[in-house]
Amino acid sequence: MIIDATRPGETILMPEGDWLKQMQIPRIGDLALPHDTKALVLDGARIRNWDTMLLAFITRLEQYAESNAISFELINIPPGAKRLLDLTKSTSNKLEPPERKPDSFLATLGNKTLQAAKSFASVNRFVGELVMTLLKFQVGLARTRWSDIWRQIALAGHMALPLISMIGFLIGLILAFIGSIPLKMFGAEIFVASLVGIGILRLMGPVMVGVVMAGRTGAAYAAELGSMNANDEIEAYRAMGLSPMETLVLPRFLALCFVLPPLCIYADLLGLAGGMAVGIFYSGLNRTEFLRQLSSTTTLNDLFVGVFSGFVFGVLIAICGCYQGIRCKKNSTAVGQAATSAVVASLICMVIATTIITILCVILKI
Amino acid sequence: MTPLKSPSNPPSETHPIEVRDVTLSYGQRIVQDKLTFTVQKGATFVIMGGSGCGKSTLLRHLIGLHKPAAGTILRDGHDLWHCDMKTQHQIRQASGTMFQSGGLWSSMTLAENVAFPLEEYTNLHPREIRELCQVKLALVGLAGFENFYPAELSGGMQKRAGIARAMALDPKILFLDEPSAGLDPISARRLDELIIELRESLHTTIIVVTHELQSIFTIATDAIFLDSATHTMTAQGHPRQILQDTTDQNLIDFLTRGTGKTDRQKAICPESIQLQSALSSSAPSSC
Repeated sequence: MIIDATRPGETILMPEGDWLKQMQIPRIGDLALPHDTKALVLDGARIRNWDTMLLAFITRLEQYAESNAISFELINIPPGAKRLLDLTKSTSNKLEPPERKPDSFLATLGNKTLQAAKSFASVNRFVGELVMTLLKFQVGLARTRWSDIWRQIALAGHMALPLISMIGFLIGLILAFIGSIPLKMFGAEIFVASLVGIGILRLMGPVMVGVVMAGRTGAAYAAELGSMNANDEIEAYRAMGLSPMETLVLPRFLALCFVLPPLCIYADLLGLAGGMAVGIFYSGLNRTEFLRQLSSTTTLNDLFVGVFSGFVFGVLIAICGCYQGIRCKKNSTAVGQAATSAVVASLICMVIATTIITILCVILKI
Repeated sequence: MTPLKSPSNPPSETHPIEVRDVTLSYGQRIVQDKLTFTVQKGATFVIMGGSGCGKSTLLRHLIGLHKPAAGTILRDGHDLWHCDMKTQHQIRQASGTMFQSGGLWSSMTLAENVAFPLEEYTNLHPREIRELCQVKLALVGLAGFENFYPAELSGGMQKRAGIARAMALDPKILFLDEPSAGLDPISARRLDELIIELRESLHTTIIVVTHELQSIFTIATDAIFLDSATHTMTAQGHPRQILQDTTDQNLIDFLTRGTGKTDRQKAICPESIQLQSALSSSAPSSC
């Protein structure tokens, strides 16, 4: 680049050759402009090939001139570059961005609090609507198709069996192993059966099924409903006068409530089988001993508490998944966030529910 | 000045795109058959046709996202599906695409969207990348929206931002899928102006898929018509010339909105001609 500063106060920059992105564009500091420059002229007569990098350089010079109160003039600029520069400044083409001010600490705190209150109210509204829809369904007024409910039961139910089988069996196995090591020290291996029985039936069976269903089905509900929301499919139901609660949420809710208890029983059976395998092959118990010990220390109450927990988990997972999906914003990042939130919220709700159920069982001596 | 990364020069005397006897299909279903045409350098080439005729499918094949069922598509003289990875990479890098709904990455701001290809394919300093992003966004009228996320913009603004990202690397070929569909007439006209300006200023070859008549007559320097009934292209040339010469009733109906031959002049003389001539010379034209 030729820099002509022969005239006092005026500097003429004459870029030469190619001005393309593959080249390194000089910085203003590297140009060593005289300190007394009052007028800056860019003469583009020697520019050969150019792309938008030239526009970026000119814009940079313009900003420099403006901030240093120097007049700036362009001469002999390639006509195409001139037209594009004009286009970047054209007011008819330009859209005005809305003003954004950074919030103060207090404003942020206030907004967050209001947001939390709004979220709480919106969850309550969602649950309230769901209860009303359930009542409508009970009296046959809800426009919920049985075919949808069966489809959801199939998706959440028997298609989850392989995963539940593996996890149920392994959890029984692990529980028995962990228990048998200290019990062996006291010669009390027989109590492995009690440990596995109570542990699996009351807690581990339903909790593991809940975790699997939250990750598998709850996240799927959030992602599916979120994508539907993004494509205006949910609005399409509303526009037709159909409630998405009746057409989309209720089938999923009923499916999970219906599917979780039998899945818990299935996971319990496999968990007990896993425990029995360890009892027989590791602790040296025989099958009759194991089953006798199991039946003498566990009651049907243990099974009922577990199945009830499973049912509660089904309710919670369905609510979390569907709520996150329905309220999801209309973009792909929000769909991902909805799925994550659904799983996290389901797990938190499940832990809280388990705590409440356990305390109630202690108080009621169940 | 030190050269940094530069793509290898394509063989001389080649066209940006050559399509030879290409068949497009989804499984057994043939969408378009026997397509043969050439896109000249610096042209605004419009692929036109009714809904579902395979316009977007053809565009995706030209971009190199799908392999044609039969025939050859040459980009700068190279067959994308039969050349080495390096050439393939360079050819893809030399083109920019705006998808129908913008195709912007929703987890990134507009500036990040435009900056991404620059960061990946150039050795530019972050400051220069930032300045380039500002210029590109200003070109499409989105100056000041650098820190906005796509979800915060309207559909038209997302399309503009999509063009800014497609232009990030100053590609030699720009693919635009339905740029003015769903836009209000003023936004659509501004987008047409931008397309014409990009072609004239940067000599970019622009391939546009559209069925908006106004846009077709305004921006096209060359076009093909894909017929959904015969599953092949039935015409190539400047849209006005096609309309003058053709006897194909489907094509006449398409270009005259089904009003027939008698309305040809009305179809080809709307303000589109005025816009074109206003941009090329400043003299207004009369129909």
